[in-house]
Amino acid sequence: MAKELLSGNEAIARGAYEAGITFASAYPGTPSTEILENVVKYKDVIYAQWGANEKTAMEEALGASFTGARAMVAMKHVGLNVAADPLFSASYIGATGALIIISADDPGMHSSQNEQDNRHYAMAAKIPVLEPVDSQEAKDMMIEAVAISEAYDTPVLIRMTTRTSHSRSAVELRERQTPPVPEYQSDFLKRNLLPGNARRRHVAVEERQKKLAAFSDDFKLNTIRKGKSRVGVVASGISYQYGREVFPEAAFLKLAMPYPFPVNLFRRFAAELDTIYILEENDPIIETFARLAAPDKKIIGKDVFPLLGELSQDAVQASLALKDMTPRFDCNTIPRRPPSLCAGCPHTALFYNLNLQKVYSRGDIGCYTLGALPPLSAMDTCVDMGASITVLLGIEKALAKAGKTIKQVAVIGDSTFFHSGITGLVDIIYNQGQSTVVILDNSITAMTGHQENPGSGTTLMGEEARRIDIVKLVRDGLGLEHTYEVDGYDVKAIKELLKREILRLEPSVIVVRRPCILLYRKAKWSPMGVDSQKCTSCKVCLRLGCPAISTDAYDKAVINATLCSGCGVCAQVCAFKAITFVDEKGLHSNNITLETYLSGGRS
Amino acid sequence: MKTKSILICGVGGQGILTASDLLSDVLLLAGFEVKKSEVHGMSQRGGDVISTVRYGDEVFSPLPSLKETEFILAFEKLEALRNINYLSEKGIMLVNDFEWPPLPVASGLEKYPQDIDAELKKLAGEVVLIPATRLATELGNEKASNVILIGLLASRMDIDRQLWLDVIVRKVPPRFKELNLKAFETGFAFRS
Repeated sequence: MAKELLSGNEAIARGAYEAGITFASAYPGTPSTEILENVVKYKDVIYAQWGANEKTAMEEALGASFTGARAMVAMKHVGLNVAADPLFSASYIGATGALIIISADDPGMHSSQNEQDNRHYAMAAKIPVLEPVDSQEAKDMMIEAVAISEAYDTPVLIRMTTRTSHSRSAVELRERQTPPVPEYQSDFLKRNLLPGNARRRHVAVEERQKKLAAFSDDFKLNTIRKGKSRVGVVASGISYQYGREVFPEAAFLKLAMPYPFPVNLFRRFAAELDTIYILEENDPIIETFARLAAPDKKIIGKDVFPLLGELSQDAVQASLALKDMTPRFDCNTIPRRPPSLCAGCPHTALFYNLNLQKVYSRGDIGCYTLGALPPLSAMDTCVDMGASITVLLGIEKALAKAGKTIKQVAVIGDSTFFHSGITGLVDIIYNQGQSTVVILDNSITAMTGHQENPGSGTTLMGEEARRIDIVKLVRDGLGLEHTYEVDGYDVKAIKELLKREILRLEPSVIVVRRPCILLYRKAKWSPMGVDSQKCTSCKVCLRLGCPAISTDAYDKAVINATLCSGCGVCAQVCAFKAITFVDEKGLHSNNITLETYLSGGRS
Repeated sequence: MKTKSILICGVGGQGILTASDLLSDVLLLAGFEVKKSEVHGMSQRGGDVISTVRYGDEVFSPLPSLKETEFILAFEKLEALRNINYLSEKGIMLVNDFEWPPLPVASGLEKYPQDIDAELKKLAGEVVLIPATRLATELGNEKASNVILIGLLASRMDIDRQLWLDVIVRKVPPRFKELNLKAFETGFAFRS
């Protein structure tokens, strides 16, 4: 049997292949992104696509399931908030072909705005949830989930976490199951959720719940491991691994399916034990069911173990005072290394201008959220996908009612605009807002590692696609005449447009265009250099927060030629013309036109 | 065999995940159970990156415990210090002799610590400094510093040298094969 080290996300993709999935959809989001990036490796047998957002992706997967095809949809935890509407309907409708929903939760918030526990969604929507402990189980669970989904006529949620998604462990590879041949057959009573139909479907959902609870008691991946003491541990997901590290003698109940909770299995396990530890990340879900199932047992859960952040064997041991966690070195005494916009990032000039003009910026989710960090410090609020535009309008209207105004703009990326920004802009136009929306169009979903989007011109499967032009969409589609386009490297033009449009008593959109530097860096571009005779140490260039710029021992600006992409933004902000292009002959003359900067010194 | 841990740290873009992939594949070929963890996302934009590898007869957690790791392979000196609490008291710190000021330092808000070498020597069982970035530049590509560091790690581990070479040949793109084999040898032969 071939064994390979796979990440949890790669294992889910392999499981999709082996389980006979033929339709896969997703919206990228850490830590889930690599699932579809790996599913597409099987594009000969699986159709794979990026949806505009998680809601469209889930509905498309549901449609595929209607035909009898086996379908999956993947997203990060907060993506399921966006897809919650079809999730609840899908539960009532059931699954003709399997419908598998992968939610990658992010305990510890490595790359997220909250650490919600998406098992709550499975409970609220009344569908089963599976939690793998490693990559092998992630792959096995795809196959089990497909079987459960089709046997019980239900969507199945697989809850990954950052640690299971981004850990590698060995996986045995097997052959692909032959998928069913899709054919459309109408099923009006199930799939048209008119109230009369939905009432009958709710009865079916409750009956399904009882059957799934009985199934969970016997589910082969819910396993008991005998211990050598009267201490037991109940755990799901990666927490099981931490438990095995800390309690080598204990009995273990590994809950591959924490919901519906296997009451009888748990009671059988608990009967022989005096003390039961419950290990789970985020909320006390298993714990709550366990306490209800065995009220007389000594159960230790979130009263001792942390509710916040990721678990680890250290966290478990620290909670029980089993290990001295005092660090030998205090890391708070050394400088942090926060992420930053890249050298040559086409978003930098915008944030530099917003900071200078003291504009309140309503931020959104993407690389450009890094514009919030010093020295750019140009993002006042950031809420969720698309909220830059809607929060902007709410603030504008509430202040207007009191006769007040502030200088503010929304800042949103191209992918986020397609995801859920368009509807907010419709609200501004319809409700006669006067605010300015800045759309940073780098033609790719950059933060999560450069996924194609409706503005890219290609699909996930590498096919050429119609490219949706944001300027045309806003100006011609939504009819907003004050729609302007500007080059992301043109500092002065951005400055003037912002000044003018913020004051305008009508809605406007500024599309700041320039492809992501990581994809389109031109090797032939010359890096920038500093003429230290001319540099006055004024440090204006340092306010760009460009990782290529720092100061030398004499406090003069210095540019790292390896990191520098030659975007020329620093040269434009230098009032003393101390910054210019360098090549093998040294510094260029500084009588350079803007056109030369915008073309990397080679116009 | 008791589970052992190795931690690789540095700055996003230095080839840390490639290095930990190479290491994991070698350990798997050597017959161990292997688990590796890494963090993606925000940290790739110039932030600090950590990848951990654990191996043994039976491995549970992919994360090392504090004060447990046998080796730390640090691609940057400040990052070596940031992760020192994971090193066991007898643990070995293999450090690229290379300073990359983080943005708060570059923009003049904070100072890069001046006494990192001394601090590391105080806290680690042994410290080996290797100018991997300079050596890689001399080989013709700064990016090969990660394989130089892997070579140094290999020289300290009890694993057949041929396994490392096999994995490198299999994993790196053909046009970088020669460069990476040279980089491995440079690190393997390094004496401080």
